[in-house]
Parts: sequence; C-alpha cells; structure tokens
Amino acid sequence: MKLSCKEVSFLISESLDRSLSLRERLGVRIHLLMCRACQQMARQTRLLRDAARRHGSSDEDSPSSGDQALSEEARARILANLQQTTRDNTDHE
Amino acid sequence: MRTDPRTTTVTEVDPARWLEEYGDALFRYALSRLHDTSHAEDMVQETLIAALQSRNRYSGLASERTWLTGILKHKIIDFIRKQVRELTVDDINALSDAATENELDRLFDARGYWIRPPGDWGNPDKVLHNHQFLDTFEICMENLKPALAHIFVLKELSGLTNEEICNTLNITATNCGVMLYRARMGLRRCLDARWCQDDNRKP
Repeated sequence: MKLSCKEVSFLISESLDRSLSLRERLGVRIHLLMCRACQQMARQTRLLRDAARRHGSSDEDSPSSGDQALSEEARARILANLQQTTRDNTDHE
Repeated sequence: MRTDPRTTTVTEVDPARWLEEYGDALFRYALSRLHDTSHAEDMVQETLIAALQSRNRYSGLASERTWLTGILKHKIIDFIRKQVRELTVDDINALSDAATENELDRLFDARGYWIRPPGDWGNPDKVLHNHQFLDTFEICMENLKPALAHIFVLKELSGLTNEEICNTLNITATNCGVMLYRARMGLRRCLDARWCQDDNRKP
C-alpha cells in the first residue's frame, strides 16, 4: 500500500485517537522511512498534544499563567451576581 | 491536601473570597480552553454560582481550588456542547469534509504531496518550555475555526474519548476524526508558518 503525504498526515492524526490497523501502520512506517517532510509533520502533530496540555495547565509555574487576570469590571460584575444569588438562596431557605 | 478540616468547614462559605482567591486561576483555565474573554468570564461566574448552590456536597477532602476547577471543567464541556450543537448539519459536513477543503488542498498538490514541506520546530522538550512558543500556540488556537478549536479542546484538554465527543456533540465518528485532523493540521500549519519564520527564536 503506497500512501501519499496527505494520507499519511490523516493517519498520523488518527493514530492519536485510535490504534491503526496493521496495514495502516505498515503503510505509515514505510512512508516515513522515505519522507523527511512527513517525519517533521508527525513530530509536529504529536507535539500539539503536549503543547495544548502545557498551555492549558493550571499549574502556577506554567509559562503562560500569570499574565492573564479577570478585569476589575468582570470581577465586580461576577461579585454582584454572586451576592444576588446568595440573597435569593437565603430568601428560599 | 492543603485544606485543614478544622479551619474550613462545609458551612463556612464565602463566594467573595472564592472570587478573590481563585477567580484569576479559574479565568485562565477557562480562557485557555475557550479563547474568548467574555465566554471565560461567564464560565467563572457560572462556576461560582454552581459552587454556591452545591456547597453542601463539597466534602472538604479536595482543596477548594480543585473542587471549583472540577465544576468549571464540566461547565466548559457543557458550553462547548451547546455551541457546537447550534451548528447545522451542513455546517458540520462542511467542517468535516476533508476532500473539498481549500486550506488542506493548499498544503498538498494534486498527487497528495507537500507543496511546502513542514519545517523544524526545534527540540520538543525545549519548545514546550518556551513561553513564546506557547503564546504562538495560543494565537493559532484563536485563528482556528471555533468548532475545530472546541473539538480539539474536548479531545486534548477535557480528556474526552472520540466516542464521548461524538455523543456529546451529536456527530458521527467519521466527522469527529476529520474535524480533529483539520484542527491539528490548521494548528500545525499556523505554528509552522509563524514559528519557523524566525529561526532565532527556536531554542
């Protein structure tokens, strides 16, 4: 089975979500042996998962944390709505 | 756990303090998944209101932050489900039809070979600790079509399986696979263009 780069790129994405069939695995492996461009693509595609997790991590030491915060306006609005909810709850109790 | 049961009891609830202590962390968590400031703010508010209403169920075993983040996580999945379910069948088909997709066609020639081969992003371990790379990743997430960004987040950040994504969004397994592929290729292409432009930034 001779695969094009386009087909290999789809199967690399699929391989992150399911186990490929033996036939698919072989096709990808043979293609990657001969194609540097697709080797890069496979590395990049796999890196996206780690980048997403790193970026979405709520760790304090995450490089992307710290520079984003709730605006004063949003904070005030949320607080007002919370207090309203607290009052409503108290009324019901 | 950091929470000391003697000092934090179930009845001791102060939403204003939650907002003060965890508001920014919750906001960042939501923003990194929704890439929209006002949606992220809404999620923080909904989370704190839900926490207030379900405070009796908080056991005090997990830290408050973990508890609130758990609520937020579900709020985000719920939000994404509503957003994607607003799309019509035609929208979904257009998003998951790889064959007619122009942006993919521009990556490959008629025989399916690269028009512009992917570049070298540098050492993966170093790249992942480079905040400029992660900032670029953020920009590329914002550039992605919202539905594709949403499905990518459900998969890679919310930890849903493809099957759960299909059920949550009410789409077929094939649609799901193609949409994830398009999300990944879109992100990859965007990062490739922006990151490889300036070789000096590569670690």
